[in-house]
This record gives sequence, C-alpha cells and structure tokens, in this order.
Amino acid sequence: MSFYEAGLLASPAAFVAALLIGLSFGFWLERAGFGSARKLAGIFYLRDFAVVQVMFTAVVTGLVGLWALEAAGVATPASLHRIDTNLAAQLAGGAIFGAGFVIGGWCPGTALVGAASGKLDALAFLLSAGVGSLAYALAHGALAPIEALGACGVVTLPELLGISAGVLTTALFVVALALFAGIARLERRRRMEVLR
Amino acid sequence: MERKPYWNPYVAGVGIGLTMLLAFVVLGTGLGASGAIARGAAAVAHAAAPEALEHNAYTGPWFEGGSPLAYYLVFMAVGVLAGGFLSAALAGRLGIAVERGPRLGASARLGLALLGGLLAGFASRLAGGCTSGVALTGMSAWVPGGWVFLVAMFAAGFAFAPLVRKEWTS
Repeated sequence: MSFYEAGLLASPAAFVAALLIGLSFGFWLERAGFGSARKLAGIFYLRDFAVVQVMFTAVVTGLVGLWALEAAGVATPASLHRIDTNLAAQLAGGAIFGAGFVIGGWCPGTALVGAASGKLDALAFLLSAGVGSLAYALAHGALAPIEALGACGVVTLPELLGISAGVLTTALFVVALALFAGIARLERRRRMEVLR
Repeated sequence: MERKPYWNPYVAGVGIGLTMLLAFVVLGTGLGASGAIARGAAAVAHAAAPEALEHNAYTGPWFEGGSPLAYYLVFMAVGVLAGGFLSAALAGRLGIAVERGPRLGASARLGLALLGGLLAGFASRLAGGCTSGVALTGMSAWVPGGWVFLVAMFAAGFAFAPLVRKEWTS
C-alpha cells in the first residue's frame, strides 16, 4: 500500500521516502549531464540529444514497469494518484514552459541540480520561477475559465483510445527504439561532439 | 579533482525511470520539482504579506495545515539538491559558474535565466507541474495531459530557440 493510498503522504515517513527518492532523482539527473544548461539547451539546436534520449528512456522504463506493476496488482487505481488532464491548461502551460526552458536554459528539476553544483544562472532561474509561481497564484481566479476548457479529470490514453496498455506500451517501445537509432545515425553522420 | 565525463544517457534514463517507479509504488505519486519551488516562494512571501498568501484561493490551502513546506515534494526537492550535489562532487563537476555560450556576457545570461524562470514558474502552476510532474510522470502513466504538455513544450522550445541562439551557440 502506497503512502497516498494510506492517506499518509503528509507523514514524516513519507517525507523521508520522498527525500530518498529525490536523492536518487537528483543523482541521475546530474549523471546525465543535466546540471549543465548548455547541454540541456543543445536539444533545441539539435546539437545534443541527451534530453530526448534520457526522457524517452525514462518514460519507456516507467511505462513498461508500471504496466508490469499493474498486471501484478502492485499498482492499482487506488494506490497510484494520476494527475488530472486539463487540455487547455497543459497545452498553454507546456508552450509557455518550453519558451522558458530555452530562454532560461533550465527546467525546475534540473535547475535544482545546477544550483547544487554551483551554477548561478540556475539559482537565478529558481528564484524567478518562485516569483512566476506567485504571479500565477494572483491570476488563478482570472484563468479559471481557460483552465476549464478540456478539463477531463483522471483519464488514460489506453482508456481514451480503447487500446490495451500492453499494446500501446509495446508500440511506444518500438517508436522509442526507432528514435534512438535515428539519433545514433545523425550523430555519426554529423560527427557530432556532444558536451561531455 | 579531474572532471569526469557524463554517463551514458540511456543508463541515466533507466536510472530516472526506476526512481520514478519507486515513487509510483512507495509514494503512490510520481516525481516532481516545481511544486516545491512554488511552496518555497509562498513561504518566503508569507513572511512579508501573510494575509495575502493565506487568503489567496491558490496558496491559501497550503497554509491550512501550518507551513506550506510540510509537503512531500518539498522533501523530494531537498533530496534532488543533495543528490545533484553528491553526483557533481564525486565527478569533479562542482564550481561556481554562469554557464552560457561564448557570445554572451554573464549579466545578460543571468537576465535571461530570470526571464526563463519567470515563464517556467508561471507555466508550471498553469499546467499543474513541470517536466518532472507532468511530462515524465504523466507520460509514464499514460496520462494524455503529460503528452500534450511535452509536445507543446518542444514546439515552443524550437520556436523560441532562434531568438536566443546567441545565448547558447558559438
């Protein structure tokens, strides 16, 4: 039973678990090179594909793992809290976020890693991300009508498309492998020098 | 200490994926980062304007149980800071720097980092999370909103990239 299912997400034990999970997350992000804004921004100039390679590998690992956990009954709709889908908010939010990502060179998680390794630009990004969050809080009421557009609650793509999670996950696995092979070809052909 | 190269991106991707699965099973949520930043900012602002934060429809509930920092994502963010520091220290990658391309000054870079942070902070609240909580976690649980966020993020990232080319490339 997860802390969420037990209603204990705000307990000291859950805080310790979250801290340890964060420790692992931060470690792997830094190992990937995501404590470097230049490496992260490289994806937007097709000079460094690490962002896509790492993200899609993590997502495929997550999808396959979760599919197995659900098949084994370890993860259930009651034990795992899925975030709501709000199409307009996530479309607009994603777009503004993407602009912020390439202009600022960071996203929130990687900026924590960058700041921890001494990057002052990451610290600046984090401070103003805090200001941006508060700006949202002020605009929250006014934005409510926009956020209501395409608000679907908790849904999943397999439900929505009527395709089983196993089939969809297998399909994405194949797409990801093709993507990785394409990246490898491009890197060879351009003799690309990624940031190491 | 000599600076070591980054690890293979596919190895790091599996590491992050397994970490996320651990969060799915143990916490029953996923990974997240922006929520902690928003709560940290709310806690700081609260010292200056307690009423405004407590009566705000969005931040108000965070103060009902006491401190907005008593939240699992805040502890996860502390862990991310510690894990990032540990990895950078072990690989000889610690050092005070303002990272940028060779054609841009440090103060201009810091200004753009501030602008980017402002946009990303606002957008994270609008979307209900960031690359970690909406994109990575949502996509891995087949949440359509996570995939929509990812597509919009990359589309805008590529659209805005030419405007800030000088920030990153030689």
